[in-house]
Formats: sequence, C-alpha cells, structure tokens
Amino acid sequence: MNCSVTGKTPIIIGWRIHFVLLISRQGKVRLTKWYSPYSQKERTKVIRELSGMILSRGPKLCNFIEWRGLKVVYKRYASLYFCMCVDTEDNELETLEIIHHYVEILDRYFGNVCELDLIFNFHKAYYILDEVLIAGELQESSKKSVARVIAAQDTLIDNAKEQANSLSNMIAQATK
Amino acid sequence: MALSGMRGLSVFISDVRNCQNKEQERVRVDKELANIRTRFKNQRGLTAYEKKKYVWKMLYIYMLGYDVDFGHMETVALISAPKYAEKQVGYIVTSCLLNENHDFLRLVINTVRNDIIGRNETFQCLALTMVGNVGGREFSESLAPDVQKLLISNSCRPLVRKKAALCLLRLYRKNPDVVNVEGWSQQMVQLLDERDLGVLTAVMSLLVALVASNPDGYTNCLSKCVYILERLTKSQDILQEYTYYGIPSPWLQVKTMRVLQYFPVIEDSTIRKGLFDVLHRILVGTDVVKNVNKNNASHAVLFEAIALVMHLDADKDLMSQCVALLGKFVAVREPNIRYLGLENMTRMLLVADVSESIKKHQAHIITSLKDPDISIRRRSLDLLYGMCDISNAKDIVEELLQYLTTADFAIREELALKAAILAEKFAPNLAWYVEVILQLIEKAGDFVSDDIWYRVVQFVTNNDDLQAFAAAKAREYLDKPAVHETMVKVAGYLLGEYSHLLARRPGCSPKEVFHIVHDKFPTVTTPTKAILLSAYVKILMHTQPLDQELQVQVEEVFKRCENVVDAEVQQRAVEYITLSRKGSSMVDIMAEMPKFPERQSALIKKAEDTEGESTEMSATKLRQQQNSMALVVADPGPANGGLPPPSEQLALPEPPPPSVETAAIPKAYVNGTSSPHPSASTNGDLLGDLLAPLAIEAPPVTTPPPPPSQVDDPGDPLALALYDQQVNQIKPIGSIEDWFRALSLKDSGVLYEDPYIQIGIKSDWREAQAKVVLFLGNKHTASLVNVRVLILPAPHLKMQFSQVPDTIPPRAQVQVPVEVVCLSASRETAVLDFSYTTSTLPVSVKLRLPTLMNKFLQPAPISASDFVAHWRALVGPPTKLQDVVRGVRPMPVSDMGDLFNSLHIGVAPGLDPNVNNIVAATTFYSQAGATLCLVRVETDPSDRTQMRLTVASQDPNATYELKEFIKEQVIDIPVAPVPAPAPSPAAWGLTGPAAALVGLI
Repeated sequence: MNCSVTGKTPIIIGWRIHFVLLISRQGKVRLTKWYSPYSQKERTKVIRELSGMILSRGPKLCNFIEWRGLKVVYKRYASLYFCMCVDTEDNELETLEIIHHYVEILDRYFGNVCELDLIFNFHKAYYILDEVLIAGELQESSKKSVARVIAAQDTLIDNAKEQANSLSNMIAQATK
Repeated sequence: MALSGMRGLSVFISDVRNCQNKEQERVRVDKELANIRTRFKNQRGLTAYEKKKYVWKMLYIYMLGYDVDFGHMETVALISAPKYAEKQVGYIVTSCLLNENHDFLRLVINTVRNDIIGRNETFQCLALTMVGNVGGREFSESLAPDVQKLLISNSCRPLVRKKAALCLLRLYRKNPDVVNVEGWSQQMVQLLDERDLGVLTAVMSLLVALVASNPDGYTNCLSKCVYILERLTKSQDILQEYTYYGIPSPWLQVKTMRVLQYFPVIEDSTIRKGLFDVLHRILVGTDVVKNVNKNNASHAVLFEAIALVMHLDADKDLMSQCVALLGKFVAVREPNIRYLGLENMTRMLLVADVSESIKKHQAHIITSLKDPDISIRRRSLDLLYGMCDISNAKDIVEELLQYLTTADFAIREELALKAAILAEKFAPNLAWYVEVILQLIEKAGDFVSDDIWYRVVQFVTNNDDLQAFAAAKAREYLDKPAVHETMVKVAGYLLGEYSHLLARRPGCSPKEVFHIVHDKFPTVTTPTKAILLSAYVKILMHTQPLDQELQVQVEEVFKRCENVVDAEVQQRAVEYITLSRKGSSMVDIMAEMPKFPERQSALIKKAEDTEGESTEMSATKLRQQQNSMALVVADPGPANGGLPPPSEQLALPEPPPPSVETAAIPKAYVNGTSSPHPSASTNGDLLGDLLAPLAIEAPPVTTPPPPPSQVDDPGDPLALALYDQQVNQIKPIGSIEDWFRALSLKDSGVLYEDPYIQIGIKSDWREAQAKVVLFLGNKHTASLVNVRVLILPAPHLKMQFSQVPDTIPPRAQVQVPVEVVCLSASRETAVLDFSYTTSTLPVSVKLRLPTLMNKFLQPAPISASDFVAHWRALVGPPTKLQDVVRGVRPMPVSDMGDLFNSLHIGVAPGLDPNVNNIVAATTFYSQAGATLCLVRVETDPSDRTQMRLTVASQDPNATYELKEFIKEQVIDIPVAPVPAPAPSPAAWGLTGPAAALVGLI
C-alpha cells in the first residue's frame, strides 16, 4: 500500500494575507497586490464585489466582513479604504494593525500622507508595501528599519537619474 | 503634492484625473496605450528611462481596470536590465501584473537565480521579494536550495535573510518537498536564536507553515518558542523600534502562539509551567486603554492567547479566565471586540464544557442579533445556534423567529434553517414545534424545504392530541391575506385529514373549510393542486351523511380538473369523482392516514453522534445539516404501515385499482405518488406516503411483477431524476466544471470539494508519463467510510494506482499516487469514480481527471526554415488536416496565442508575416515516441467568430486529435452553435467512460 495517512494535515497550507486592496471612497482602485494566485478575471470580480460591500458599510461597524469563506479586514483612513483578505482562522486584530503599520510608514515617508500622494506616487506605495509584506506575511515590524531601506532605494534611483541626466547632457552637448 | 520624479507619468495621471467621465478616460488611456505599444514595437531610441516610465504607466492603467497584456513581455524583460533603477521596476511591476501561472515568468528564472546568488545585495532583495510574492512551482524547484543558503548564511545582512525566510515560505507552500525535515528542523532551532526581531518574525512565519504540516518533525523548536514568548511578554531586551505602541512586537507574539497551537501536547512540565505563566500574565494583564491601536494590538495578543489556552485545554483556571473575559467582551460596545468575543465564544463551545457559564450571557448575545452590523449578527446567530439546548431552545428559537421578520435577505436563509433545526432538536413539546414551523413558513416560506413540513405532518399524524391543535392553527394561517404556497400545502394536508375535529368551532364547518382552502387553488402550482384535491375528497368524506351541496361543489372542481394536462392532477380528479360516488366504501378508502412508524430523525441522530464535538455552525455545516434533514424523508424504507421495503429505486408501476375504470394512465403510476392504494408508496419516497390519500384499510391488491421494460429502461426520465436527487444530496461547494477547466491548464489545484471532502490534485507531467497524486482530505470531524476510488482510464491511457483505505479519519488526508502513461493521442480524459459515506449519507461522484491531451504536449521551439520544411513535407490528409472552425469565442489574436501557449502549443511569433495568423509547434509525447505537430491558424479580423485551422504531423491520429482538441478549446459552446452535429457521444467519436459521462453532464 502506497498511501500515507497523516493526522491533522491542512489540505492546502493557507496563505496569511491573500491580497491587499486600496480603494477610494468613489470606488477607484489605488493599489492591488495579490499574494494568492488569482487570474485576471477573478481579480476584477473580487474588486467589484468587495468595493460594493465595503463602501456601503456605515461607520462605527466592526472592521471585519465575512466573504466567500474568507475574512476581509478593512479600515478607512480619510478617503481611502485599506483592505486585506485573510483566512477565517487568522487573527483579525493583528491584520488590522498590519494595515495601520503600513499606513504609519506611508505617513512617515510622505509626511502626512493623503490620497493624492498615493495617486501620483503609486509606484512608491508599491515598493514600500514590498518592504512590509512578502508572500502575504509581515516582513518587518520596525518602522525605522523599513524607512532606512526605502531611503537607500531612493538614493540608488536618484543616483541613476543623475547619471542618466549627466549622460544625456553630455550627449546633448556633444551633438550640438 | 509630492513629486513623482517622472514628469511624463505625473502628466498622464493628471490627464486621467481631469477626465469628466469614463468615456473620456477610455479615450485618454487608449491613446496612451497606443503610444506605448508603438514605442515598444520600435525600440530604437527608447531610453532606459522611457522604458521604466512606460512600464509604470502600464501598472497605473492596469489599476484603472484596462488590459495591458501586450506589455507583459517588456515588463518581464526589464528584470534582466543591468541597472538597479530598471530592474526594480521590472521586478515590482511583474509581481503586480502576473501570477505564478504565467509562462513569461519561466523566461526569467535564470536571471532571477543569478540575482539571488550574485553578490549584489540590492539585487538579491528585489529577486527574493518577487519570488516570495509570485513564485510558482518551477521557481520552487530551481531556487529553494539557494534561498535556504541565504537564510542561514552568516555573511548576509538581516535585510536579505528575512526576505529569504519568507521567500522560502512561499516556495515551501508551492512544493513542500523543497524542505527536508530531518536536516532542516535543526536549522530552524538555530534560527530561533536570532537576535534581529525582523528576521525572527519572518522565521516564525516560516515555522508556522512547517509545523502546521508536520508537528512531529519540529518538536525540538517548542522550548525555544516558549522562551521567545517569555522574553517578549517580559519585554526583556527588546529594541525600542520593535515595540508597537509600547507592546513588544505584537505580531511576533501572535505568530509564536500560533506555532504553539500546532503542537499536540507539551510534555515537559517546566516548559508547560513557563507557558502557563505567560498565558496567565496575558489574560489578566490586558487592559482596555484609550488608544485604539494599542488596544487592538494588545487584544490581538489576548485573543491569540485565548486560542492557545483552548488548544491546550489543560488548565481549569486559565479556561475559566478565558470564559470570564469572553463574557465581558460580548457585552462591550466596541464592535471589533464584541465580534471577536462572539466568534471565540462559539469556538470555546467546541472544546470545553462551558455552556452553563455561556448561558449567563444569553441576553447580551441576543442583543447582538439585532446589531446594525451584519458581521456581528452572523456571529451572534452562530453562537446562539451553538449554545442552544433543551433548557433555552424556546427562548432562542422565538428570538430567531422574531428577528426573521426584520432580518435582511443575506441572512434569512441561514436563520430559517437554524431555527428549524433547533426547533426539531430541542423542542420541549410537539405543539410548540408545530407552531414554530408554521411561523417559519409564514415568515420565510421560501427557505422552508419540503422535508421540514413533511416532518410536521409525521408528528401530527402520530400524535392524536396534536391533530385538532394543528388543524386549528392551519385554519388560522389560511385567513391571513398573503399565504405562502408551502403554507397552502401543509394547511391543505392538515385540514383534509383533521378539519372534522374542528367542525363545531365557528368558521370550521366542512363547507367553510373547503371554501377557504379552495380560495388558494387558482394561485398554486400543480403539485400543490394535487394535494388540495386529496384534501377536498377527505373533507367531503368526513361529512357523514354526505353533504349534498358540498359534494356538488367538490365534484365540480374535480370535473374541471379532469382535462388538466398534468397527469397527476388529472388522475386524482378522475379517481376522486368515481370514489365520491361510491358512498360508504369511500369512507374505508379515505380514512385517516395511519401512524408513521417511529423513526429517529437523521438530523437528531447526527447531532447526537457529534455531540460535544461540533456545535459550531458554519455555512457549510448548515448545508450538511440540511442534507441530513432531507434524509428524514428521503430515507427509503417501510414508510407507512409496515410496507415491504422497495427493491428498486424506480417506483414499481401498479395496475389500476379495481374501482377506477378508466384512470389507468400509466405515466401517473410510474411516479408512484398517487396510486390510490397503499402499496403504491413502496417507492420509499415519503412524498408518496404523504400524498397518497388513501388509507391502508383499502382492499389489498396483489402486485403483479412489473413489466421489465419499465424497470430496466435507463432512459426513463424519472429514474434519472431520482438518481440525480440522490447524488445531489451533498452538493459540491463550487463548480466541478470550473475546477476541471482550471486544472486543464494547471498542474495542481482542487478537483472537487464538498462540505466533507476536498480532492486536490498535484501532477507532474514528463513527456508521455505523468505522476498524478490525488489528495483526499477529510474536512469533517467524523470519519468518512466506504471510501472507494476507481479510475476508469480512457483507452489511450495506461493508469496505475494503489489501493485506497476504506476509511479516512477525521481531518486526515490520504494521498493516492497515480501513474499515467499516454499510449496514443486522444481528446478523452480518464474518469474518477469516487464514493464515500459520511455518518449518514452515501455520496458518489464521477469526475473527469485533467489527463487532457495538452498535458502530453510540450512547446517545440522551431526555426522558420525548419517549420517550412516540415510543413511542406506533409502535403495533405491524413497527415495534414484543415478545417474552417465557426463559433469561435471572439478574442484578439494575442489572447489566442496566450491560450495556445497555456495549452503547451508553443506559438512561434513572427514566423507568419500576417499578424492575423498564428503559427505554432508542439511535440506530442506518447509511448510510441515524440511527434512534432505543427499548427497554423488564420483568423479573419472582420469576423472573429471563425478561423481556419490547419494541423500537420507525421501521425494521422495525432493530427486529427490535436485538431479536434484545439477546436474544443476555442469554440464557445454555450453561446455559439458548434458546427459539428449534435454532440451525442457517438457523434463525438467518444468511447469508454467519457462517453458515459457526456450523458450525465
């Protein structure tokens, strides 16, 4: 017999955070990050379904909604809703504070972050998120440490830009 | 506004924001997409900066909801750029746009690997992050050793190592084989000594996954985890930056406690005592504070501690502390804490005998049932359901009923079902039960299935003292202005049987009863009409001597029904007219229904079986319960008056009863619901019992053997319907068809899932051979028995698999490895014939296995000259076949190319100068060897629903099968008609089990 029977094995090992969504009060998507494999079609459907559910919820309700056998933890900051989808067994308050942790990091980086910052610098929102979460798991709980890494990255990119600028200047000079 | 650093990007975003409406936005976006497309096509003069800018723009456009598939290639290509600035964009945008199943990711595995093993730390970070976020199975196989090395390396900085830990976690999830338990568990112990809390947090996440799937392999980590927890809770040597609102990394605390919940027991008494101290400290030391975030963080830790205490279930004091805390939480105003209080209290019911202490909080819990927040209402409903027993059933069910009137639609069905189950399970007396169900039908008739009212009828029939009461109640409900059809059914039935017991009450004379019931007649559906006809004849029969006036009215109704199209109604009408003229013999035939044999409700039995183990009521469990309710009545067996059990599923056709001259309408007999003598109900369907209007005292009729043609005829529609009914009692929680479709493109995933079992598939395809592993996971808290797995291979496949144990223990998983060898080309698939029995129900399903032709294909890279040479060498049929395919699902050529690639038919871009054509090559592997297959598709840009398809290969069979396979993939079956004749199994040329399935699907 070639079969193994093991006790208490979860059938498919769960993801912590399946996806992260940032939706504006008008239902515009400001950031999406998918850690579980969703196809493009599913992604569109999920966004449509969830933004409908979340935007219609009144204030002073709890920060959790049960959805398709999963749980969505969300929190509204000014005009933006930050949502993270987790398994039902996951710790909801912990996830809620991951959201806040991310928001604090954004706030520190942009200095009083607002929706416009995240619209015009959406790429930064993405790479900051990559320093907070990987594979749907919290990567770094020290804000200072994240800030250091982001600053280093910015320097690298700025250097590259200066180089490029000076290069194009040189070319421009040379071809005058 | 902060500067984005890229002017073009900011300008574009501003433009989009300034659009007045969606249409303007679309125009602006299309313009931009066209620009990007041209720039990508003609790369000359495209600077690195521009490339970067365009790729960011694409991400922005993608977020707006537009398709940017055309740019995937350019995005992925940036990963290979030498400079950090471009590489970063490539990595980040790739991981946002693509998922692990995209083929483009394969193209960069090498680059990614070089970045990971290279010396450049920033590149390492980018690569690890991307793989951690979207890495699939192939990444898992080729990168895991390198990632492990980085994690345990002494020379890497924490920044890299924490990313490596989470990256490894992702790779492990994709393929658990990448971590070898024996060697790795020792490494994990050492990693737990890590001083950097960032790395430790990541390592702990990894440990959660490792321990979850193999608790025994990592017991050596246990003491370290307890030590870490002690250190955190005592704030010993924790850097300021790792405290969150004064709490030492709440996330690490939660994760550590999560790990501890996967170890079955803690044997070492010192460790245990240490852990208990920590838990005690958390339970008593968590106070409510003003700051929301601090409060959330400390309560996140507290709830995890409660979960851990429940898991350990070893210390009475800790347990009662938890109950006290939860009692406090279900009464607070703060919605999050109340939600979690309700949720955890429900969990608590599962593990410990705490129902008495929880009952003290019943009032608060009921208040939450009326909360404005549906999330909280759901939790409250679940908890009330779980805590209900004989002592409080009356209060709780009445609360649920009251709430039902105002409940929103989203929760009604669940509510109605739960009320019905509780009413049956814990009814203090039967009158109450009958009343509850009638109320339930009134308030939520749509959600009260027939089984529930059948059960009411059974109870009433068997309890003489209930009959007058039930009939009176039914009469009351019919007076209401709007009456649900289910109410008409149950009231019609009860009044037909028992209204004579009320005859002296005002408004209850036979005539009045007849009129009030008949008022509903025009608005109800035919099955209900049939029940009402029986009720009329019974009401009439009870007026002895016969009420002439009533007889005239009733007969008039019957006469009108004599010509009804529905055979059931027609037959009853014809028979009852005849019977009603029989005078006193009618009294014999129409006497009251005899008592039903006492039988235990399958629902109650189930509830007893799982008592103390499962009181939680999730939506899926509810469905199971509902199914078991169905069994109450679908239970084939002597249902009435000790009749012999049925030997056939199909009702036996009965000869016409002697009293009816012309009513022998064979069809009506076949369904067995109305034959006017008791043996008709031998079909074992209680519906038969309930609807058969006549009493057992009728003259016995010997049953001649049934005409074989009707019994054996598998084409009988009713037989099929009955069969389906049985199969469908446990429904899959998703679409089998969707799962299959997903698996036809993927190597692993879910094949089937219902509330009890999940069948997953993992497969590894190597040319003509494949290793497929079926994972049968019991999701339930009871064993699944009579497990039978049969694989019906298609003729072109050789399949071998080992025996499967008869029983799957609770929450356990069985793996069934299957070896597949492809012998020849075919579009058919093998079929898995799978069955099992839960505590009550047999379930049997037939599932197609994704052993599709494309699994034995591999894209063949081919040069233009080779292609042309091969193409020319194959001149015509049977090695080269051409078809014009109509009814194609309209899609852009690029999408069709993607579809081909995903089917392993490798598109060779640029080989055909015409952009509307696709040329592709693939190698088909069978035991006989490899066959190169060439494909050419010519599409018509003006009509995307048709195309010309040419397939060529040395092997005529492979050519034909591949051509047909591609057709199946591109044709949109539900919308457009298939050009081929009607898809009967024979017409599709299918043989074997797949053909049998076609009929079923």
